Amino acid sequence: MATLTQSDSCYTEQFGPTLSFAPAGGWGSRQPDKLVKTHCCFCGVQCGIQLKVSDNKVVGFEPWEEFPVNQGKLCPKGVKRYLQNDHPDRLLTPLVRTDSGFRAATWDEALSKTVAAIKSIQGKFGKDAFAFLGGASMTNEKAYLNGKFARLALQTANIDYNGRLCMVSAGAANRMAFGVDRAANPWSDIPLAKALLITGANIAECFPILTDHVWRARDHGAKIIVIDPRITPIARTADLFLPVRPGRDSALANGILHVMIERGWIDEAFIAAHTHDFDKVRALVAKYTPALTERITGVPAASIVKAAEIWGPAETSMLLHARGIEHHTKGVENVLTYINLVLATGRIGKPGCGYGTITGQGNGQGGREHGQRCNQLPGGRDINKPEHREFIAKFWGVPEPELPKQGLTACEIMDAIERGEIKGLLSISFNPLVSIPDASRTRAALEKLEFLGCIDFFLSETARHADVVLAGSLQEEDEGTVTTGEGRCVRLRNSVSPPGDARVDWQIICDLAARLGNAAAFNYARPKEIFDELAAASKGGPIDYSGMSYERLEQNFGIFWPCPAPEHPGTPRLFEGGEFHHPDGRAKFHAFDYRPPAEDVDAQFPLFFTSGRVVSQYLSGTQTRRIGALVEQYPEPLCEMHPRLAAKLGVKDRDLVRVSTRRGEITVPAQVVTSIRPDTVFVPYHWPGRKSANLLTNRALDPISKIPEFKVCACKVEKVADAPAQPARQFPARSQRAASTR
Amino acid sequence: MNDALEFFIDPSRCIGCQACVQACGECDTHRGTAMIHLDYVHRPTGVQTTPVVCMHCEDPTCAKVCPADAIKQDEQGVVLSAAKPRCVACSNCVLACPFGVPKMQTSFDLMMKCDMCYDRTSIGRKPMCATVCPSGALFYGPRDYVEKFRREQPVNEFQFGAQTVRTKVNMMTAPGVKALPFDVADFLPFEALDEDPLALARAGAPDVADAAVWHELHDPKAELELICE
Ligand code: SF4
Ligand code: SF4
Repeated sequence: MATLTQSDSCYTEQFGPTLSFAPAGGWGSRQPDKLVKTHCCFCGVQCGIQLKVSDNKVVGFEPWEEFPVNQGKLCPKGVKRYLQNDHPDRLLTPLVRTDSGFRAATWDEALSKTVAAIKSIQGKFGKDAFAFLGGASMTNEKAYLNGKFARLALQTANIDYNGRLCMVSAGAANRMAFGVDRAANPWSDIPLAKALLITGANIAECFPILTDHVWRARDHGAKIIVIDPRITPIARTADLFLPVRPGRDSALANGILHVMIERGWIDEAFIAAHTHDFDKVRALVAKYTPALTERITGVPAASIVKAAEIWGPAETSMLLHARGIEHHTKGVENVLTYINLVLATGRIGKPGCGYGTITGQGNGQGGREHGQRCNQLPGGRDINKPEHREFIAKFWGVPEPELPKQGLTACEIMDAIERGEIKGLLSISFNPLVSIPDASRTRAALEKLEFLGCIDFFLSETARHADVVLAGSLQEEDEGTVTTGEGRCVRLRNSVSPPGDARVDWQIICDLAARLGNAAAFNYARPKEIFDELAAASKGGPIDYSGMSYERLEQNFGIFWPCPAPEHPGTPRLFEGGEFHHPDGRAKFHAFDYRPPAEDVDAQFPLFFTSGRVVSQYLSGTQTRRIGALVEQYPEPLCEMHPRLAAKLGVKDRDLVRVSTRRGEITVPAQVVTSIRPDTVFVPYHWPGRKSANLLTNRALDPISKIPEFKVCACKVEKVADAPAQPARQFPARSQRAASTR
Repeated sequence: MNDALEFFIDPSRCIGCQACVQACGECDTHRGTAMIHLDYVHRPTGVQTTPVVCMHCEDPTCAKVCPADAIKQDEQGVVLSAAKPRCVACSNCVLACPFGVPKMQTSFDLMMKCDMCYDRTSIGRKPMCATVCPSGALFYGPRDYVEKFRREQPVNEFQFGAQTVRTKVNMMTAPGVKALPFDVADFLPFEALDEDPLALARAGAPDVADAAVWHELHDPKAELELICE
């Protein structure tokens, strides 16, 4: 029974979040023993950074200016990331639940308990009654190991990962359009583009380093189109801003293509030679006139025409998108309709020409490549394809029929727990209680579990429900590789070793596998051996790492896959010469009619609710809510709303408002700003408990990618109380001095 | 050829991320306190932020008004924080600086301000803020690069009433670029301007918003009318 055994505040007192402000050993005494060249752990950009290490503790950072992607640049998360190390909340031993919280346990006890629970649940209810959830902040090595562990040691079909909440819509769309799932271009192509279409991507706050790429394009004369319900910092100086009504993205893309076709801004020769199904799209978009598209999307017809005028005839162009169009019940359709805009111009596979989804998690790209997804085997192979199953079964030395079939995705696993079909769960680097929509249901599901095991470095809100917590490793306490949002596999270095009795994650997995009778298949001395195995397993697959080695990655600041041979230089830009990865070498257009979101506004819930990130926090905040300077930068969730809406509701800035949906309600201060659509409110999602935006969001899934609809649902907003007389400290804490000195 | 390294501030690039503030605070001499000021111009009506570091005036007003002669300039023209043995914490400099840069650090009882990372720039490295800034709003590099590749161009002479101030640090300006509106309402369809925000979400539909609009679109007659608009 995974119910809490003490009050939330008792857990907080013991396990945090505690705010850490100062480096280990204090300011002024930071003479490092060494500087370790590695990467930031807090987004898919994976900025190069040097960690200052003293006495087996990370005590600070120094920019790493030679790393070509960020050249020393960092966002505030990167600057302060070192403060997660030597943290008072760090788990130093395994924990076992008691009648009042947890007690420390030995590894032997914690592992035995876990294995006994796995065996008993699987014995009683079948193998698939025990599920595994992994994460996309983990290394490629661990992603591979998670998949192998679930298939060989647990023998469960039900393994998935938190990337299911992230960019799987783009992944599925990429495979459908291009036959392969990767951003098509290196980010160094962005400054070469003459037109940039940025849709549903808050670049400045979620991938801040790419800002400089965008501004350099602008310096070279690029025109920038930003599509978003909010004027984000990137939108502020864009050439064209389209304030799309939440949930209407595919209609907008269809509308832009309509104008391009009408004006003849399409590359018929490219379309004929390198693609399929354009005719279906042409027929579909005929009805998406600017007037009609305006009515659906809330974007003026003139702006739609203007977007086509910028994008259509441009010499070079890049489409960049992120969760804003992916987190929908039609996320895949949204991405595909935007990809149509790229394919129709033929501007792909050339310098400054192409496409990219920007992955949000630390290893958002690599985490989705090596087999920790329910439908995937290593090397990006398809678990449903007989020849792919055959290859991996042989590689692992098991008969093909013994490989589990496709299982459930992350949210579906939660649903199956709710229905009582899944009884046990082992979760690593995933905090579903904060990150999965409809948090009340997630909590109820966790409480139903017969056994919950968590591998983590801090006690996340989910891990509070655990029966056993296995103290794992932070990024800097292990080594390995991650693959950045541009498809570049880079090397993470070991800076320090895990403190106390904590162990590196991969060892914990291997220990569990051994106790489940699989010692031989999980016998590794170092992460390098896991990497070499995953590279070999990927040989000949859709995602081929087989030419990579740690040495090569170190020598080259990383290598872009596919890299099928030791002498292969890697592939920074895909699809050169119009060669796509479908068997016939052609790309596919997809004609998707607009359809409304799963839950649209109505008389009872008349406003759109949408959620997203702030620059100082990462995902469910397990790490960044423990770093003092980052918490101070944006201490608590605010509900952004337009002054016109605020006036109608009688709300003033910082008044407390209750935001409610059919699933739940939260009470947070209002932030009254003109930078958001008047019919939409926004609350960032990094917080747990009563401030969790995911109490409100809708767990309706895209039929293809199974991503939930974080980005749109219907809500109502009411004023609860006046702003406190002494308003909570907010940024900026100072006066508006800057305005007067301009 | 001018390849001397200079400091350039370009607020039009700033995304308000505070990497500069957080990184400045990392310096062991000021221990978690940043010497950079980063403010929203006016958050209720926009997301424009402005980073302010010391402009390092040629003839610094702060030094001129200092009764204790505590504020010194080095031979490169960098204006340093007040010298601890001399500073009497009178705050004259804080009030006098035309850019609002110096701040009284009560915990140190000392005026402290940006000294352009003396420890780094004196050995040929970039200041910390200009190294980490992800947008290029704070940039330290050769003037040639900036003049050739940037849309905005540097200015380092400012007029404050009768006082002309020349600074070592450059402010980037783009005279030809028009300021855009900051209000989403200005980007909405014309008819939406006077509308109730709730009606905006529902786009004229009686109840369920766009599903209704959509069904209307599937009605061939309605569609024809719209296309003929
Ligand atoms: S969070 Fe992303 S952009 Fe920020 S420093 Fe880390 S890797 Fe770079
Ligand atoms: S680091 Fe650069 S972009 Fe970020 S707030 Fe500072 S000046 Fe602005």
